Amino acid sequence: MSDKVNMKINGIEISVPADYTILEAARENGIDIPTLCYLKDVSKTGACRMCIVEIKGARALQASCVYPVSEGLEVYTNTKKVRDQRRVTLELLLSDHDRKCLSCPRNRKCELQTLADELGVTDIPFEGEMNEYDIDDVSPSIVRDNNKCVLCRRCVNMCKNVQTVSVIDTMERGFKTKVGSAFDMNLADTACVNCGQCIISCPTGALREKDNTKEVWDALADENKVVIVQTAPAVRAALGEEFGYPMGTAVTGKMAAALRRLGFDKVFDTDTGADLTIMEEANELVERIQNGGKLPMITSCSPGWVKFCEHNFPDFLDNLSSCKSPHEMFGAIIKSYYAEKHGIDPKNIFNVSVMPCVAKKFEAGRPEMESEGLRDVDAVISTRELANMIREAGIMFNKLPDEEFDQPFERASGAGVIFGATGGVMEAALRTAADTLGGKSVEEIEYHGVRGVDGIKEATVNMGGTDVKVAVAHGLGNARKLLESIRDGKADYHFIEIMACPGGCVNGGGQPIVNAKDKMDKDVRVERAKAIYSEDKASKIRKSHENPDMIMLYNDYLEKPGSHKAHKLLHTTYTDRGLF
Amino acid sequence: MNSLEELKSIRDKMFDTVDMRNDDSEKTNNSEYKYQVLVCGGTGCTSSGSMTLIEEFEKQIDANGLHDDVKLVKTGCFGLCALGPVVIVYPEGAFYSMVKAEDVHEIVEQHLKGGKVVTRLLYEESVHAGTDEIKSLNEIDFYKKQHRVALRNCGVINPENIEEYIARDGYAALGKVLGEMMPQQVIDTISASGLRGRGGAGFPTGTKWQFAANSKGDIKYVCCNADEGDPGAFMDRSILEGDPHAVLEAMTIAGYAIGACQGYIYIRAEYPIAVERLKIAIKQAREYGMLGKNIFNSDFDFDIDIRLGAGAFVCGEETALMTSIEGHRGEPRPRPPFPAVKGLFGVPTILNNVETYANVPRIILNGAEWFASTGTEKSKGTKVFALGGKIHNTGLVEVPMGTTMREIIEDIGGGIPNGKKFKAAQTGGPSGGCIPAELIDTPIDYDSLTAIGSMMGSGGLIVMDEDNCMVDIAKFFLEFTVDESCGKCTPCRIGTKRLLEILTKITDGNGTMEDLDRLEELANAIKAGSLCGLGQTAPNPVLSTLKYFRHEYEAHIKDKTCPAHVCKGLAKFTIDPEKCRGCSLCAKQCPVGVISGQVKSPFTIDTDKCIKCGACMEKCPFKAISKQ
Amino acid sequence: MAIPFKGTKEQEEQLKAVIAAHKGEKGATIPVLHEAQDIYGYLPIEVQKMIAEGLGVSLAEVYGIVTFYTQFSLNPKGEHPIGVCLGTACYVKGSGDILEKLKSILKIDVGECTDDGKFSLDATRCIGACGLAPVMTIGDDVHGRLTVDQVDGIVKQYS
Repeated sequence: MSDKVNMKINGIEISVPADYTILEAARENGIDIPTLCYLKDVSKTGACRMCIVEIKGARALQASCVYPVSEGLEVYTNTKKVRDQRRVTLELLLSDHDRKCLSCPRNRKCELQTLADELGVTDIPFEGEMNEYDIDDVSPSIVRDNNKCVLCRRCVNMCKNVQTVSVIDTMERGFKTKVGSAFDMNLADTACVNCGQCIISCPTGALREKDNTKEVWDALADENKVVIVQTAPAVRAALGEEFGYPMGTAVTGKMAAALRRLGFDKVFDTDTGADLTIMEEANELVERIQNGGKLPMITSCSPGWVKFCEHNFPDFLDNLSSCKSPHEMFGAIIKSYYAEKHGIDPKNIFNVSVMPCVAKKFEAGRPEMESEGLRDVDAVISTRELANMIREAGIMFNKLPDEEFDQPFERASGAGVIFGATGGVMEAALRTAADTLGGKSVEEIEYHGVRGVDGIKEATVNMGGTDVKVAVAHGLGNARKLLESIRDGKADYHFIEIMACPGGCVNGGGQPIVNAKDKMDKDVRVERAKAIYSEDKASKIRKSHENPDMIMLYNDYLEKPGSHKAHKLLHTTYTDRGLF
Repeated sequence: MNSLEELKSIRDKMFDTVDMRNDDSEKTNNSEYKYQVLVCGGTGCTSSGSMTLIEEFEKQIDANGLHDDVKLVKTGCFGLCALGPVVIVYPEGAFYSMVKAEDVHEIVEQHLKGGKVVTRLLYEESVHAGTDEIKSLNEIDFYKKQHRVALRNCGVINPENIEEYIARDGYAALGKVLGEMMPQQVIDTISASGLRGRGGAGFPTGTKWQFAANSKGDIKYVCCNADEGDPGAFMDRSILEGDPHAVLEAMTIAGYAIGACQGYIYIRAEYPIAVERLKIAIKQAREYGMLGKNIFNSDFDFDIDIRLGAGAFVCGEETALMTSIEGHRGEPRPRPPFPAVKGLFGVPTILNNVETYANVPRIILNGAEWFASTGTEKSKGTKVFALGGKIHNTGLVEVPMGTTMREIIEDIGGGIPNGKKFKAAQTGGPSGGCIPAELIDTPIDYDSLTAIGSMMGSGGLIVMDEDNCMVDIAKFFLEFTVDESCGKCTPCRIGTKRLLEILTKITDGNGTMEDLDRLEELANAIKAGSLCGLGQTAPNPVLSTLKYFRHEYEAHIKDKTCPAHVCKGLAKFTIDPEKCRGCSLCAKQCPVGVISGQVKSPFTIDTDKCIKCGACMEKCPFKAISKQ
Repeated sequence: MAIPFKGTKEQEEQLKAVIAAHKGEKGATIPVLHEAQDIYGYLPIEVQKMIAEGLGVSLAEVYGIVTFYTQFSLNPKGEHPIGVCLGTACYVKGSGDILEKLKSILKIDVGECTDDGKFSLDATRCIGACGLAPVMTIGDDVHGRLTVDQVDGIVKQYS
């Protein structure tokens, strides 16, 4: 790493680390090179040819995203030849692209559109045959529109190499090359886990979430409906980006205000649901440890992970915690306890979850997620969809006052907030389990060993004399590695947290899309997590079981964690779905 | 076998038998056989029925009890595929061409039993005019100017018998390398010989080996590119069919030179005979200790496996080939890192093509200077070409570098059939370009061909006459590359498609002069911007035809005619009123109803509405309809 | 598209043996696909699933490979598969016309199979019989030095 090489870009002498690519060297020295197929840590194929540069002595133009720097290298990023070539390449791409930008969900956020603007494309001189594809919108979470695909393969690399879900790949060849699933199956018929990482990897509108805003608008317009919204912890950490706030700004208060102005009857915080999850999950863990239950116990909050397990690791289904995910728990409580308490007919309640996630859309539709014939959650929208609704309603987000969540669940613990980052569920559970197993309130509540963006994190925590071995994995590729090592008998834990998305929910498939260039400069996972951890730090209550609302809820209604009622409302089951 | 002595004893045992098939005057004629019947078992002759001939010969030799006197040998390709199936009988060297199963009886009776050559079946060129005297093969025009290094065993030995290869000094080079040379000496010898890659770009082989030898790594690979994808080229196939051991020996030598102990041959699945012979050769080489552990009692181990291609031209590109061996879609990877540093399965790898390897044992045995004495300053040695298209002697030829196109086409190839005029030759297949008649005296070497906008390529040489339309030929090659583009990079995936669309527009008669500019601009952009060699060379056929045959493009655009009468879209069908008897058959046949007239008087075609299907012309009983 | 899968138990056993023989080998997918196609004649989803599962690669990747290489077929071939060589040597000698003629005789397009399952038609790359150009293959038979007029008669020999 410390080795440096001297080279020249556009005649300027620079010194950069020897393991850099030309693209990295240029960017660090203030030279922008257009890219399309390159996505840091995900996709590095040299395929799109947008980032080509001239290299002294080289025959053809070279892709800077894959070309390693070397001593004495002379590179030109801005010659006429290079500019003309990039423009022709882009014109070619556009000649086989569905250019209905006005009605595209990525309008104004599309990397291809930005390139066309920046490279001065004024005309598409190459008329000719265009590939035409059916849109796959069968999945409840993800819509795939190959007509807008530029074959950068960022989604494929994400799905295959990072997530190891591998349900999309490159098919056919030549002009007919396309991204798809085997035998042109709909995503819904594959082992797709709906994590939506493909969506946030896509530079164009070829991948997008299934839009559920219409159902929400309809419910809001229906006078007979009590429309209750809850927002996941990671939403507040990213929503601001849609309105110009720097990455990592928590906009909790403005978000609550915006939701109220959109017309939601009650605005709740999924952190409350998270506290509830911890009450149940910590209890389940303690019971499994004390009563010889199936270990390691693995968290079940991430619906992408749960489906991944059902397809790829059916032998681990008994290891999954039986807890529903926080918003499902909370949805069930709203339609039971809350409805009862406030004399609302639960049939009239329409529960909306705002989630950083598109897998939650699938999860909400799982047959198990209901009580008394009513869906726990009626509609799930992503952070992006919420931002669209706010804009559509003409709400000037930046000018909103900071407001609180509604009673009776306005108080959530810091433990509930950190659910949004990798390691957060683990840390929250440890805070409660440590008190339970130790029989007293433990002062040390920050478990730094499980924080951060290392793919697999391990820690051993002594709780009341018992050494509890824990592990945290985020990103399904890491989850696969971890489970395989357990399967092979190479590793052994009591408790594991798995999040489908790299970095956890802050980097979920439903979060605001960060373009490839910004991803070169900052780590989305780290920046957004900062917002979460600072909110935890500022919380007065930082353990779920100390949340007075939880104490009230159990005293009034659920009796105790793991009670019969709690099981009926808050726990679920899983299915072996097979690989195909 | 584990010593040079044993190798030598096999050579001595077999030498006389194989030496009888020599065409030079120094041959010994000490063979235990009175006659040897060589039947070509290459793909060309097999396609025209040589296997039936072998069965027939076997049967009749058997029936006549000639086993002790006559040896029947199934060889690789003799080169003159146009005359297949070919049978050569030694000691005379009687060259029987286009032999049929029914002819076998006559050869057996008259020649093998009666001692009299069957003149009727001889290839006419192989007989001195006006006499019955047979020319030796070296005197026949087709072979006279050839210089066989890579092909030296093709058509001479039975490729399925390792001992016949050994009789021709086979595996002696390997013995020499392992017994007397350090790896660096081997590389130095190859470098000094000036051998350059025979697969296309002509990269110096020694340099390539040196890079791989310099790369650190416990595991390295030696790969052989036998994915001969250039349509109309079959050099590598013929070598593998005729002399597979030469390639195995060379790869083993390369393995020793760079420090590898495993080789892979990536071969097209469309070459079943070559695959079979390779399998047999590998098996025999293992049995004879030429592959495996401790070869020649050294501590050097080397083995070779075959990997079948599955129909993708791009896999001839080195990184794509390796990606394919690794079990993926054969998509190229960016370089650097180069394969010599990070190749197959991520370790240092060299890749050479079949013909390149076939030269290696000779260079080791005869020395770098011997090899470098043939050829031109920068292109040493010989080159094998697959001669095809509008030429008399379709087949395989090997000539010294620097031989002119004229010598190949006129002297060796026998010129253009049917009295037609030579228009152009295409070298380098879809990556190459055309050489027009005015440049027929261009010497064939890497640099001369590149200078005129073509390239050596792997050695396909397609001859075209005045009946070929050069725009159509460019379109043909573009159709090929569009089909074969892997689809990974944008310029090649979409660019070649757009290029083809512009060409089609021109051949359909809808082109404009601006299209020519666009064609050129786009072609250059694809060349400059594509990821791999396929895309970088795909526009060459367009650029070179534009360069030399721009007038043909202009005729398509301005005059709306195809000078060679090939492009259907520009054809005009007319009825000759003199010949037309007004039978109305054409009008009934026309699918779009644009032929009209009164019965018994001449009909006419509305050429503007005609879709140029040609149905009328086919049906006209009086040949009154013509296409222009 | 909807051709029912008629794989037999024996074929499945054969394929399983092939997969077992290649398991753990680097780059095994393509050799296994070759052998699977030899066993079944084509590579339907049922076969690809067995291969994906057996070798531990995703079905999407297997399908991506199958659709990349022209030798792999998703559809069964005819009883007599016909291939017309469109290599350059054959093309300049008129194999394009031979192909057109076959299309009109058989009433199918390239890549298709006649309704009775007798013939399928493919345009092939150079088969190396350039000396006999233009060339077509029917099954293992090579027919060379063809003229358009001969095509009908040759096809009739097989029907």
